[in-house]
Amino acid sequence: MREVAIVSAGMTRFGELWESSLRDLFAEAALEALAAAKVDRLDSIVVGCMSGGQFVGQEHIGPLMADQIGMAGVAATHVESACASGGVALRTAFLEVASGASDLVLAAGVEKMTDGADVTAVLATAADQELEAFHGITFPGLYAMIARAHMQANGTTEEDLAWVAVKNHRHGALNPKAQFAREVKLEEVMKSSMVSDPLRLLCCSPVSDGAAAVLLCPLEHAKRYTDHPVKIRGTGLATSTMALADRKDPAFLDAVQLSGERAYKMAGVGPADIQVAEVHDCFAIAEICCIEALGLVEKGAGRHAARTGLTALGGKIPVNTSGGLKSKGHPVGATGIAQAIEIFEQLRGGAGARQVKGARIGLAQNMGGSGASSVVHVFEGV
Amino acid sequence: MPSPRNWREIPARYRLEAARCRGCGKVVYPARRACPACRGQEFEKTMLSWKGKVVTSTVVQVAPTEFQMEAPYAVAIVETPEGARLMTQVVDCDPGAVQPGMEVALVFRLIRREGHGGILCYGFKAVPAA
Repeated sequence: MREVAIVSAGMTRFGELWESSLRDLFAEAALEALAAAKVDRLDSIVVGCMSGGQFVGQEHIGPLMADQIGMAGVAATHVESACASGGVALRTAFLEVASGASDLVLAAGVEKMTDGADVTAVLATAADQELEAFHGITFPGLYAMIARAHMQANGTTEEDLAWVAVKNHRHGALNPKAQFAREVKLEEVMKSSMVSDPLRLLCCSPVSDGAAAVLLCPLEHAKRYTDHPVKIRGTGLATSTMALADRKDPAFLDAVQLSGERAYKMAGVGPADIQVAEVHDCFAIAEICCIEALGLVEKGAGRHAARTGLTALGGKIPVNTSGGLKSKGHPVGATGIAQAIEIFEQLRGGAGARQVKGARIGLAQNMGGSGASSVVHVFEGV
Repeated sequence: MPSPRNWREIPARYRLEAARCRGCGKVVYPARRACPACRGQEFEKTMLSWKGKVVTSTVVQVAPTEFQMEAPYAVAIVETPEGARLMTQVVDCDPGAVQPGMEVALVFRLIRREGHGGILCYGFKAVPAA
């Protein structure tokens, strides 16, 4: 396999972007990535999108998006893994370049969630329809059950969850592209309305529009496009049972652990080597479970990490310096690529006020459903 | 959801019909073609007991459109004595009182009305054990 690098990135602001359609969002991010690398041709486009079909009634996303950026004729594919669609698009693009099949591949993610669809119902299609959604469960509800199981097993409290939100908003306040670029106080989080007990509104990521894109090429070509490429050292994708009920321990995200182990193995690194990480904090409890499953903290110790500052900027292992899904926003299909962009910028010293000094190795973890799919990438600044 | 799908899903949903793997003995609910534990494909039909214990739970305050009239309601993962786990609402009690470890009975109830035709979908809900 060839070594692969990311050489440029483009990203819209995340938020309720009333004036932009699904295609507008994609084109803005994609054209920015192409312009940054001064590229006017592509071998292939891979677009992650959870559900253009349900959110805006649009399928056949691959050719639509190629056409929108003047690239009709280029190979283009849509990939889907619910909220992990972006991360899976990155992996697909990586494998395409690594295999030698293509030299220049655009990996993108996009979602338009605010055009009037019943968002809760659309997102619930990423759960098991016959065994879960049928009974009236929602995504906050599934993660609330994970939270309650984690509380039972580890003594995790509502305040531990709230600290994750406080930390990520503190990071997001430094990110001009974040949907909610402002800090929140612990009391605000603790007093926000209950969505699904024990998860409160400010422990949940928002409904967002947005797109993100990165350009991949063989590492040996990377200097043609940028002075500061970032190498993708490892990729790992894993699945777990679709229904939460079928997991032996509902508080442990085994697909996250497996995908992490696969990515670490390929990269030849371990959790102790990671200097900055973006993890899938769709709900506050998810960040706690993910950092445990990835080995960034010990199992059961995740609950303390945000409060003690371990995972805050300036801490030992800063997590979600972008603000995470919580503050930056969560246009589901775009999230995995946006995470990769944050690490890309961190590893080339371009993260501005959010910069983790001297970061050389970083990780991004993107998750689908209640953890039935998870994809991890390990990156290195070169 | 089209009616043939409702019809297909009836054995598991209307009478808690499950399958016991002849290879490893795992009780699989609902029945599948391949055992998730050992990939065996030989099963015998078995019925779940109409009772169990709450593994974890939540109270849904913000509900999907179809369930809005019922919110807040408790939803739990319930483990039956056979070791099968299923997701179900827990009703006939204060939703806030539903916690891990609670003993429940499973009862046949109306779950939802579906689509423009308002097809009535039945299944099981949990209630506090007598």
